[in-house]
Amino acid sequence: MKKFKKAVSLLAAAAMTATMLSACGGSDANQGADTQEAAGAETTESAGGTETSESTGASFKIGAIGPSTGGAAVYGIAVQNGADLAVKEINAAGGINGHQIEYNFQDDECDNEKSVNAYNTLKDWGMQMLVGTTTSGCCIAVAAESANDNLFQLTPSGSSVDILKDNDNVFQVCFTDPNQGVGAAQYIGTNAVAEKVAVIYDSSDVYSSGIYEKFAQEAANQPFEIVSAEAFTADNKTDFSVQLQKAKDAGAELIFLPIYYTEASLILTQANGMGYAPKFFGCDGLDGILNVKNFDTALAEGVMLLTPFAADAEDEATKSFVSAYQEAYGDTPNQFAADAYDAVYILKAALEKSGAAPDESVSDICEKLKGAMVEITVDGLTGEAMSWDSDGAVNKAPKAMEIVNGNYSLIQ
Amino acid sequence: MKNFKISKNMKDNVITYGIVIAAYVIMQILVSTGHVSSLMQGLLVPLCVYVILAVSLNLTVGILGELSLGHAGFMCVGAFAGAFFSKCMKNVITFGLIRFVLAILIGAVAAGIIGFLIGMPVLRLRGDYLAIVTLAFGEIIKSIINVLYIGKDSRGLHFSTKDSLSLGLEPEGDVIINGAQGITGTPKDSTFTIGIILIILTLIIVLNLIHSRDGRAIMSIRDNLIAAESIGINITKYKLMAFSISAALAGVAGVLYSHNLNSLMATPKNFGYNMSIMILVFVVLGGIGNIRGSIISAVVLTLLPELLRGLSNYRMLIYSVVLIVMMLFNWSPKLIDLRKRYSLKRLLKKNREVQ
Repeated sequence: MKKFKKAVSLLAAAAMTATMLSACGGSDANQGADTQEAAGAETTESAGGTETSESTGASFKIGAIGPSTGGAAVYGIAVQNGADLAVKEINAAGGINGHQIEYNFQDDECDNEKSVNAYNTLKDWGMQMLVGTTTSGCCIAVAAESANDNLFQLTPSGSSVDILKDNDNVFQVCFTDPNQGVGAAQYIGTNAVAEKVAVIYDSSDVYSSGIYEKFAQEAANQPFEIVSAEAFTADNKTDFSVQLQKAKDAGAELIFLPIYYTEASLILTQANGMGYAPKFFGCDGLDGILNVKNFDTALAEGVMLLTPFAADAEDEATKSFVSAYQEAYGDTPNQFAADAYDAVYILKAALEKSGAAPDESVSDICEKLKGAMVEITVDGLTGEAMSWDSDGAVNKAPKAMEIVNGNYSLIQ
Repeated sequence: MKNFKISKNMKDNVITYGIVIAAYVIMQILVSTGHVSSLMQGLLVPLCVYVILAVSLNLTVGILGELSLGHAGFMCVGAFAGAFFSKCMKNVITFGLIRFVLAILIGAVAAGIIGFLIGMPVLRLRGDYLAIVTLAFGEIIKSIINVLYIGKDSRGLHFSTKDSLSLGLEPEGDVIINGAQGITGTPKDSTFTIGIILIILTLIIVLNLIHSRDGRAIMSIRDNLIAAESIGINITKYKLMAFSISAALAGVAGVLYSHNLNSLMATPKNFGYNMSIMILVFVVLGGIGNIRGSIISAVVLTLLPELLRGLSNYRMLIYSVVLIVMMLFNWSPKLIDLRKRYSLKRLLKKNREVQ
């Protein structure tokens, strides 16, 4: 019996070593001649897949990271699909400088540690540029790694300023949180939307608390007053009656909601239930509120939001993007998908400007792209004439939208 | 008989240390010859973290015999205490290794103290009740850290539980713990070598404790509380000893974890009860009370989801299925019988070869 146990534990130990060895062996092969095969495997894997390059020339390898499983999967899948769509379009139109693009998306479960693992997986695959990561927290962790490798990173939706700090290889497509907070405060102030403002925000979320802080700072310079600022956390985000009651008692005429649309839809419903009808003002996280299931969209009537993208906008580019997206993935794209779609086109513009070739080293491409990013201007779905500072933040005008008759309409 | 027992323990321990050292040597050789992918290199430190966590939890679950579901909470305390220290001292102590060693000590002490404080009221409970209360404490620790704002400027440290604005920092002041946004910019001091050294230290502490007089006392509490009490063993003392050592070691793992990533946040994912249960899974799969088993199962279960990346969206599903199959294979009585019946021949052959 004891001998048996010993033998089993020895076997298990051997198995462990074998696992480690085989892990290394497998990846070693990946780096070598099997790259083609690995790329082929990825093709079938990423929903719909990337078209294998027809041309014999080398191709650009673009990686993307986001949560495609777990609670934040909506955002990760949107980025995955948005970037995939752009890659397919570019490949069909002949690629970048005549080179096709290979695309690989990895799941990070919205966890910093897993995100770094996903980044390393992509590096083994041979990634030259990263479109990611989707969420701010993970992006900070990955940006430190990519800065270390000098690998060009363009995040579609990681909006924290910490991403850009000390990392000159990282650029953003979306606004930074401070920009959104300051922008919202200035908009409310200059347009005299309200005098007494309440805020309900998610203190456990980087995005939400980041916007709130800057909003509160800027509010001091604006002709309105924050009468109540109430937080909730990811653990209790279903009942907002306390926060709403406080806002009501303080006499707030407007409630600022720097949060995502799921919670916002609950807040609107509960405010209606208690007979409280202030104005609501949100940021890009509110985009998507009209698609919430079992939500009476009449309640969202008159909600104002600062967002770079609205799926029912009337311009030509948005229309064709939305219809192509719906056709390919059977879903209405949200702002994350649009950001990712833009990110790939921004990469294309920067690559064309810099004249980088796929056979250059990762670091060389990064240096060239860094130079090109500050020179290009891109018209995308999420903003016209987007340009970048050398620190990586985007310059584009925020669009203020109002929900009228169940549709987003631009406030002039 | 007595001599035989000791030598068996020795042999057992040597095998355990041997596995760790062999794994280290093999990995170092592979890394230096360039045979290891970036993914594996990135996983080396997390592997060390999870091994330390599994071994330390085994002390509470396997040796003390109490079910604790708050292990991630202690890891969280260690991670934040260590990262806080490193961030404060980033420009004061520029020599990375000394700073990191100090951070590890601080993380261990902080987690140990919290473990001691929590242990005092909690260890009066047994079984399921203890499990539930430790679960709650783990969540409390996470929640407290999520509302904690600490900043530093020339006037010293500022604390707040509201938001970073109410810290009232000077313009050049630095927010160190920014509530739910956690700590960003922790120096990346963790290396595989330090991780392995910490694993070996953990093993030395835990294995020596188990085979010491105190360890026997702890195990007697596990096996029969009333009998242990009746022969004059100080139950509270030994329970607290095992619990706080286990917490302190989890704190060490936390420091290692936080110095491997640039940004540290207390999310439900990394320090919530899911993580506590994950660590418990390592311990249960490896065998409760079996330290070597904990090491192996922590390594296998951490590697598995990453090695399954090729399966794309099915990866987490397959991972769960594999977990169930492994649990059944290891611990289902019927399967144990089956394994015995069919592997006996091979086993005999192997033994002959060995001799």
